[in-house]
Amino acid sequence: MAEFDWFSALAGGVMIGLAATLLLAGSGRIAGISGILGGVLQRPGGDALWRWLFLAGLLAGAAFHQWLDPTAVEARTGFPVWALLAAGLLVGIGTRLGSGCTSGHGVCGLARFSPRSAVATAVFVLVAVVVVWLVRHGPFAGVVT
Amino acid sequence: MNGLIALVAGVLFGFGLDLARMTDPERVLGFLDIAGTWDPTLVFVLAGAVVTTTIGFRLIGRGDSWFGGPMRLPQRSDIDRPLLLGAALFGAGWGLAGYCPGPGVAALVQGAADPFWFVGGLVLGMIIFARTPRRGSGATA
Repeated sequence: MAEFDWFSALAGGVMIGLAATLLLAGSGRIAGISGILGGVLQRPGGDALWRWLFLAGLLAGAAFHQWLDPTAVEARTGFPVWALLAAGLLVGIGTRLGSGCTSGHGVCGLARFSPRSAVATAVFVLVAVVVVWLVRHGPFAGVVT
Repeated sequence: MNGLIALVAGVLFGFGLDLARMTDPERVLGFLDIAGTWDPTLVFVLAGAVVTTTIGFRLIGRGDSWFGGPMRLPQRSDIDRPLLLGAALFGAGWGLAGYCPGPGVAALVQGAADPFWFVGGLVLGMIIFARTPRRGSGATA
């Protein structure tokens, strides 16, 4: 098993939950990253400002943690560019078509006991597990290296 | 005020993602790799986030937000084809590279090239979706 720091994982999760709670309580918005990112790409104008600020905060928060603990996350390099681009396209189209990603469906949706989010979360986790199996152990082993 | 709330929420979210190692795609792939050396980190991230959000949302109740007027919550409960197809496409991309949207964007601060390729594809995919004419449109989660 990979080296595993359950406390950081749990504490990070709690912070994500506090962020989602703050955004809904303060602004009445769901903290779904694909919806927020899709929103700035789709509807420029007055309603885009809070989305840009959230995204700026996302970068600042991650940068702040990196600065506090520079060895916590090692940047991955050399992953095939075609796979990164293809993955980005799939995630971009898929999350917009499916109305959410890990944060919107997986965190906020499950917290609201939304049946749509429960089904979406089950589907994307299951498909991701199958794809990882295919490219690591199955017939496509070695394709993404 | 809405802008300040969004900024602070974003900072908390980004800090939490990095603290939880979600910005390390190899760790995420390790969680999804149940046939290999399974890494349970993500279970704790998800549990911490979902439990906290469930309690938080419960405490907020259903009235107006502090500064943003009425809460804009998705109202739909039907399981339709776009939901299933979209979730499947997203899962395929997530399993391929180990990034979902939040961690992909947050990983940009690592300064390496990999997250930029992913986020480039992500933005392109969203623009393609926005420009594709389609019947009806889903609520955004």
